[in-house]
Amino acid sequence: MSFEVSARRVVFPSALSRTLSAYGQELIILTAIVVLFVVVGTIAPRFVSQNNLTSIFVGNAYIAVAAIGMSMVIISGHIDVSVGSLIGVLATISGSLAVAGYPVWIAWLAPILVGMVITSFIGVLVAYVKIPSIVVTLGMLSILKGGLISATGGAWITNLPPDYLIAQFRLLGVPSPVWFMGILTILAAIWMRSAAFGRAIYAIGGNPEAARVAGIRVERSTVMIFAIHGMFAGIAAILFATQLQVIQSTVPPNLELTIITASVVGGVSILGGIGTVIGSTLAAILFAAIGSSLIFLNVSAYWLRAVQGLLILATVLADMARRHRIS
Amino acid sequence: MSDVPLSATVKSFLRHETILAILLVVVLAILSQQSDKFFTTANLLNQGRLMTEVGLIALPMTFVIITGGIDLSVGSILGLCAILMGVFWHNLGLPLPVAMVLAVLVGGVGGLVNGLIITRFKVPPLIATLATLALYRGLAEGISQARSVRGYPDWFYVLGQGDFLGIPTQLWIFVIFAIIAAFILGFTTFGRATYAAGANETAARFSGINVDRTKLLIYTAAGLVSGIAAVIFVSRVSTTRSDMGTGVELDVITAVVLGGTSIFGGRGTIIGTVVGLVLVQALKNGLSLSGVKGDGTIVVIGLVLILAILASNLFSRNGDG
Repeated sequence: MSFEVSARRVVFPSALSRTLSAYGQELIILTAIVVLFVVVGTIAPRFVSQNNLTSIFVGNAYIAVAAIGMSMVIISGHIDVSVGSLIGVLATISGSLAVAGYPVWIAWLAPILVGMVITSFIGVLVAYVKIPSIVVTLGMLSILKGGLISATGGAWITNLPPDYLIAQFRLLGVPSPVWFMGILTILAAIWMRSAAFGRAIYAIGGNPEAARVAGIRVERSTVMIFAIHGMFAGIAAILFATQLQVIQSTVPPNLELTIITASVVGGVSILGGIGTVIGSTLAAILFAAIGSSLIFLNVSAYWLRAVQGLLILATVLADMARRHRIS
Repeated sequence: MSDVPLSATVKSFLRHETILAILLVVVLAILSQQSDKFFTTANLLNQGRLMTEVGLIALPMTFVIITGGIDLSVGSILGLCAILMGVFWHNLGLPLPVAMVLAVLVGGVGGLVNGLIITRFKVPPLIATLATLALYRGLAEGISQARSVRGYPDWFYVLGQGDFLGIPTQLWIFVIFAIIAAFILGFTTFGRATYAAGANETAARFSGINVDRTKLLIYTAAGLVSGIAAVIFVSRVSTTRSDMGTGVELDVITAVVLGGTSIFGGRGTIIGTVVGLVLVQALKNGLSLSGVKGDGTIVVIGLVLILAILASNLFSRNGDG
């Protein structure tokens, strides 16, 4: 009897700390989102109006979608600094096909396939030729960005057919980008938690040699991780391309950093964690909400990046402290 | 005892640098065929002017990457220092030399903060400097509120637009800094500590090297030099804006990595970085002179980066077995 009580005493904190270590980062970000909405909503009620919420979620869902793939890449121990350029290229390809009169399903499918081909190529160079991913993607960044501007001169793509604009569709009153963000995040989280391949991503990132010994084909898996990342980049590109009536065929500035930041703040920091993809999506929402809240608090938008930087630092340091406490 | 691995290391340095040097000669030969404006003294000196800011920052970045780290915040530090120099001088009314020194010191503080986050709190350098990239750029944007500062006194433009003995002033500064950096990295205990920290941090600690202090100094130097680059940048373009130096980190890292410094740490030289830098600048300039649009040259630089690392990987793998 007394033994059981003491055992429960031991079990309870360790279960709590396990929950903390598994979901700590998500809980921190979720708390930050709730606090932000409550505080800013109290000061400026229009912040939580339907219109503003829609613009926060719809306008930034593509960042969360891209961050899902980026999280997998970062968890596997790599990085892709070319993803912003890639999304620019894929959005342009998609929009050009739609304007050229191809069926919309081709305009939707092509960026996903092209994205997968390009990132698979990156994966091959990283996994088999052993060039560090930051070098490959640094080169790819130049190639994609330069190629896109050379080919299009940054022109606007207009006259997009209405049935192509998938980001403007609604289902049950909820805009489609929110559906994409929610469903893809949940699917990816479940998949990374339960599928053998999902677990392999963590194993490769944690210790490639141990993963190899455990029977994981590290090279082939790495190429697949990059391919999956390309698929999410393709989906993100479609959402990005179809949110307005026009597409500017250039690379959105700082996009890769926004995506990497969302992954890093929400995802990369958890040791062998679960549900990190949920963290990156929450981080993307948080950043979008912060950007919007500055407007409602009458803070000059020029301070936005500084606030974001402080926030990244705060989350990362909080995470380091939490990890320290647990270990 | 260390003779065999050391000579092997020296060989692998030579191998990458030899490939790169040959590549540079070939590129220069082709480019001078493409346009007769390329191989003129005036053009080459002007290119030296244009590459100085990236070149200066690439020197401490070589140290940073040799320790196995990375610093993505250098472009933002450049922007912040440029803005602060303008604010100190124009808005606060400080004498310009004082404003210049203060701005450079702020750069050092920015680098020190990076170093502290990385060494004290054990945050990975990529993540730490990603955060400060946003933070420092945000401070620059917030402080400037999109206003620019112009109208500097004439003597100030000597730094970025003037000559000394027929050579652009900032090229002298770059050469002096490069020689100092090469000396420190190649011939001092600090240089050896840098390599040791990057090759095997734990081993370096056990052999009594103060790894944290070494890194702290290197990140601080990266900030200081970014501040100096900011002053030269402002002097060269005659104005101060908050978006100055955006994306510079990628140019800097490209030059360093192209120069043979391993992103995994423990390997790299200043001379390699300088050759990498010259190669990138020659390509940019030569291609645009031979009629390739600016964006086309970016594509070529990306290709060269990947191919150069590819070639050196293949060769070094053959050599090391």
